[in-house]
Amino acid sequence: MIRVALRGLLGRKFRAVLTAIAIVLGVAMISGTLVLTDTIDRAFDRIFVQSYAGTDAVVQAASSDISFEGESATAPPIPEAILEEVRSVPNVEAATGSVFEETAVKVLDRKGEPIVKNAPTFGFGIDPSLSRFNPLELKDGRWASGPNEVVIDSGTAKDEDYEVGDSVKVATLAPVQDFELVGIAQYPGVESLGGATFAVFDLATAQRLLNRQGKLDAISAAAKPGVSPQELVADLDRTLPATVEVRTGVEQADEDSGEVAVFVAFIRYFLLTFGAIALFVGAFVIFNTLSITVAQRTRELATLRTLGASRRQVLTSVLLEALAIGAIASVIGLFLGLALAMGLNALFKALDLELPTTGLVFSLRTVIVALLVGIVVTLLAGLAPAIRATRISPISAVREGAVMPSGRLSRFGPYIAAVLIGLSVLLLGYSLFAGDLGIAERLLSIAAGVLFLFFGVALFSPKAVPRLAILVSPVAKWVVYALSVMVYPITYGKWLVKRGLFEEALPTGRRVLSVVGGALLALVVGPGILAALIYALSLLAGSVLAVILGAVLAVYVVVMTVWIVVMLVLRALHRGSAADQPSVRPDSTTDKLSNENSRRNPGRTAATAASLMIGIALVTFVAVLAAGMRDSNRKAIEDQIAADLIITSEDGYSPFAAGAGEAARRASSAETVTDVREEVANLAGSGKDITGIDPDRITSGYNFDWTNGSSDAVLAEMGTDGAVLAETFADDKKLQVGDRFEVEAPGGKKAEFVVKGIYDPSPFYPLLGSASIPLAEYEKLFEQNQNQFTFVDVRGEPSEAKASVEEAVAAYPDARVQTRKEWIDKEDKEFQQFLSMLYVLLALSVIVSVFGIINTLVLSVFERTRELGMLRAVGMTRLQVRRMIRQESVITALIGAALGLPLGVFLAALLVRALSQFEVGFKIPTGQLILFAVVAIVVGIVAALLPARRAARLNVLRALQYE
Amino acid sequence: MEASQNGAANGTVVNAHEITKRYGEGDTAVDALRGVSLDVERGKLTAIMGPSGSGKSTLMHILAALDLPTSGHVTLAGTRLGQLSDHDVTMLRREHIGFIFQFFNLLPMLTADENIRLPLSLAGEKPERGFYDELVKRVGLADRLSHRPSELSGGQQQRVAIARALVSKPTVVFADEPTGNLDSKTGGEILQLLHESVENYGQTMVMVTHEARAAATADRILFLADGAIVKDLGGAGEDEILDTIRDVTLT
Repeated sequence: MIRVALRGLLGRKFRAVLTAIAIVLGVAMISGTLVLTDTIDRAFDRIFVQSYAGTDAVVQAASSDISFEGESATAPPIPEAILEEVRSVPNVEAATGSVFEETAVKVLDRKGEPIVKNAPTFGFGIDPSLSRFNPLELKDGRWASGPNEVVIDSGTAKDEDYEVGDSVKVATLAPVQDFELVGIAQYPGVESLGGATFAVFDLATAQRLLNRQGKLDAISAAAKPGVSPQELVADLDRTLPATVEVRTGVEQADEDSGEVAVFVAFIRYFLLTFGAIALFVGAFVIFNTLSITVAQRTRELATLRTLGASRRQVLTSVLLEALAIGAIASVIGLFLGLALAMGLNALFKALDLELPTTGLVFSLRTVIVALLVGIVVTLLAGLAPAIRATRISPISAVREGAVMPSGRLSRFGPYIAAVLIGLSVLLLGYSLFAGDLGIAERLLSIAAGVLFLFFGVALFSPKAVPRLAILVSPVAKWVVYALSVMVYPITYGKWLVKRGLFEEALPTGRRVLSVVGGALLALVVGPGILAALIYALSLLAGSVLAVILGAVLAVYVVVMTVWIVVMLVLRALHRGSAADQPSVRPDSTTDKLSNENSRRNPGRTAATAASLMIGIALVTFVAVLAAGMRDSNRKAIEDQIAADLIITSEDGYSPFAAGAGEAARRASSAETVTDVREEVANLAGSGKDITGIDPDRITSGYNFDWTNGSSDAVLAEMGTDGAVLAETFADDKKLQVGDRFEVEAPGGKKAEFVVKGIYDPSPFYPLLGSASIPLAEYEKLFEQNQNQFTFVDVRGEPSEAKASVEEAVAAYPDARVQTRKEWIDKEDKEFQQFLSMLYVLLALSVIVSVFGIINTLVLSVFERTRELGMLRAVGMTRLQVRRMIRQESVITALIGAALGLPLGVFLAALLVRALSQFEVGFKIPTGQLILFAVVAIVVGIVAALLPARRAARLNVLRALQYE
Repeated sequence: MEASQNGAANGTVVNAHEITKRYGEGDTAVDALRGVSLDVERGKLTAIMGPSGSGKSTLMHILAALDLPTSGHVTLAGTRLGQLSDHDVTMLRREHIGFIFQFFNLLPMLTADENIRLPLSLAGEKPERGFYDELVKRVGLADRLSHRPSELSGGQQQRVAIARALVSKPTVVFADEPTGNLDSKTGGEILQLLHESVENYGQTMVMVTHEARAAATADRILFLADGAIVKDLGGAGEDEILDTIRDVTLT
């Protein structure tokens, strides 16, 4: 039976390959994700481990490990005097102090714009004479040793074409200035820092630029030979004051990398989800394909039974096929994943989301996981068809046109579907609305609920297919008709070219005209019309799609040119022949036939459509959710911001130099300027964010939505110990107006505040912290000199006054001045980019389902060979055959869309309801949804290209005799 | 060659008792077989003839354990067929039953050699070398063993099918219109081969056919019409068979 199974597979090589592709892509995504994240992990490892390689002990300010929503509080710097104390400890061989900044130091590009790419922009101040403590490696030049010298990272130097000796502008907390680039450096073993940059100054310069005169961020010490790091730490602990804390180099590296590891793990699971989705769709395709092949082999399998094959042997044979396909596909997918890892990295880079990398890490774990997952999924998908194969009764061996018995449970299909959908609603409801659930439980029950939902809908869909087919057929017909009209210049041009080249009967003059005219149509007129249409489409649905379609069109033009060249070559070789003349006349017979064919086997059509349904449901889900979120974002900003102009940092969420706020006050058009600062601290015992505001001026920039009787008046009463709270925080801690609570800053400073007022923050995007205190008090607790926002009210039109404010803050290039609308637009754009990335990742699943449709069509053409022969024998043209197959494909795809679009909207609605506390909006972007339907149609057309050709090319006589 | 073994000592290999087969229910019920009883004798070729709709194929399917009767029972090689589990029936098929189909039913991706060995390899067995070579020579395929069915003529494919049916030395071979898909010359060769298997090697065979010439090679001919046996001839020539057919169909 093994031989039967494998030999059978070899005999159906082409079909087996098509089936295997379904799994290859999913496995490639998984393998690629693991490779990429492993690589990123190792790069970060190298960075952190090496940072502390020569260090036995690290001294920093004693921080209380405060963190809020994944962000830790920044430890304040420590006095320089501590360095001397460290050096005086006997076991210390050498010690050095350093200054370190994560976001405030930004290198400018040649256009004067700060280089900011959703990644940290490091600034270091080091003493280069003690190189053992220096993790960086000089690639060129030397270390900085003067107030106007800087060293930057090799990635930035390459991107911006900076060389040693050039003049580079760097923005810091001080006004921007020119520096001489004296050296280029990098972390050893790290190829790319992703989007991150760094600039290295000498210690004194860094202290001056970053407002740390007389202070250090960390002290690194090396022990005398024979002294272990732990001993050194103990020594230092005893000697140094309690305001600092000492760790070994290894401990420090571990702690630093811990946070990042969580982040990378998040990315890993995020990407793996898309791989899982692609595999899920692939499983559908395998299930469908194997079901069809088993049905087609009914007579063969029945014969085996008559010869004495047991049910178990039949089961094994089918499962073996699945295993073989799964194994080969997994191996190919595993290696394809390597290419995909590079592709993913390129995608991230294009969206300014790049992370550090080294050489690609291809671990054993990746191999095992990829192979295991691919094979298991294929086997599971093949289980149901294999079991059905065992039900083939031996008597089918003698019957002509034997039909496979439907599964024992198929009668109950709709009922099982109803049960599954019911279960899924329960699970989803539970996960979204039940009170005390851990995140893991919630996610798990959401995943299970969604899975059941998909299965339920898929099981139910055969019932819906006949009605849906009737519904979508006219849509399919007219849209395909419209598309073929649009493409007609091209198809006609192609025909003209072929006719001119190969039709011997025509006079030479006409032939030349035909070729030239045809080429013009196919290469110029046709694409021109399409380009105009794409442009019109871009106005409707956004530029990303237009770019993609434009790229497709460009590829097409190249392919078309190659095709013409090939035709010319064929002509020179005296081969090739003319083709049928294309027509765009509507053809009701073909349409009717294709309609009937889709409904013939609703189970099969449904299973094929289901694979596309999943992809479309997910894309719709993302689109609807995003539309709602963008609305909420806009509303949140519009509701909260009262100012004419807002100054933020370039990326919109990091803090920026306080000097910019001061400079803004000197702008000629500025009337009221007020700053807002923010930090993470312990508020009433929990890590929260706290903002410092100017009570006298804050209302010119921020609209408080007061509750509980508070009003703007309370701001005047804040005095030296008043605070206003966000209602969510007040409720959480059960604080009311008049209550007291304690604030503990990192570094240990504490202060008590009285609640003066409570306001309702915008839950979607609160701009202020859980609590806001007067800036004067804030400055006593936190050593920070950076603003989160600066609100500016101006004389006259904001958009006109903007120029004068921009001029005023010119020394701080990282500070961006924008009107409210401009800020909203920028956030929108970043949203769009993230959305595009999601679409690209989901596109993988759609591609898998395209192969699913191709598969089904090829198999069904094969099955209907005799029937197609008969149709041709009674007068159907090749063109009509192609059209019929294409129409079937489009109908199937549209059914997938008809199921997927509502499903996606439903899932989005569910999630919005679950996130109601964040006030996420719910908006149906109809334009985009229509676009998805059109994409489905295009998918149907593309999928049909190969099977339609095969069907049209059948030799009529042999087809009629086909057994 | 050794004769096929197994079966009741009294020479009856397959026994059918009051077999009825009814399709559908109530007013639309169709009785394909109405109380058919017969014994298949060991070492003989029994032909079952009849016009279409007579129930001859249905009868063979039931005798061959491919289908179950509505009432009545069948005993094959000493085993009652009615109460057998699927596993037991499968064992039966491996040891006691051989099939020859009208459309050959070869596996297209296996060579002739592999197709012939299939019943045994399914059971995890190999044919005895000498026996296998002799069988292959007997059916005249010695030089075609490595060919696939698509590379063989219709007659050659049926020979492969015959060798396949005989390779496990089954108690009884059921042939369903074995010459139905062949031209008259090739058909004649196949019938000759089948006849030899019975005459010279003692193979018990039951053949369903509508061709008088095929039935003429049989030791016993049963005529079916409207689900019942209407005539039971011993061996007969073609003319007598044709006369009987005419009589049977006219009544």
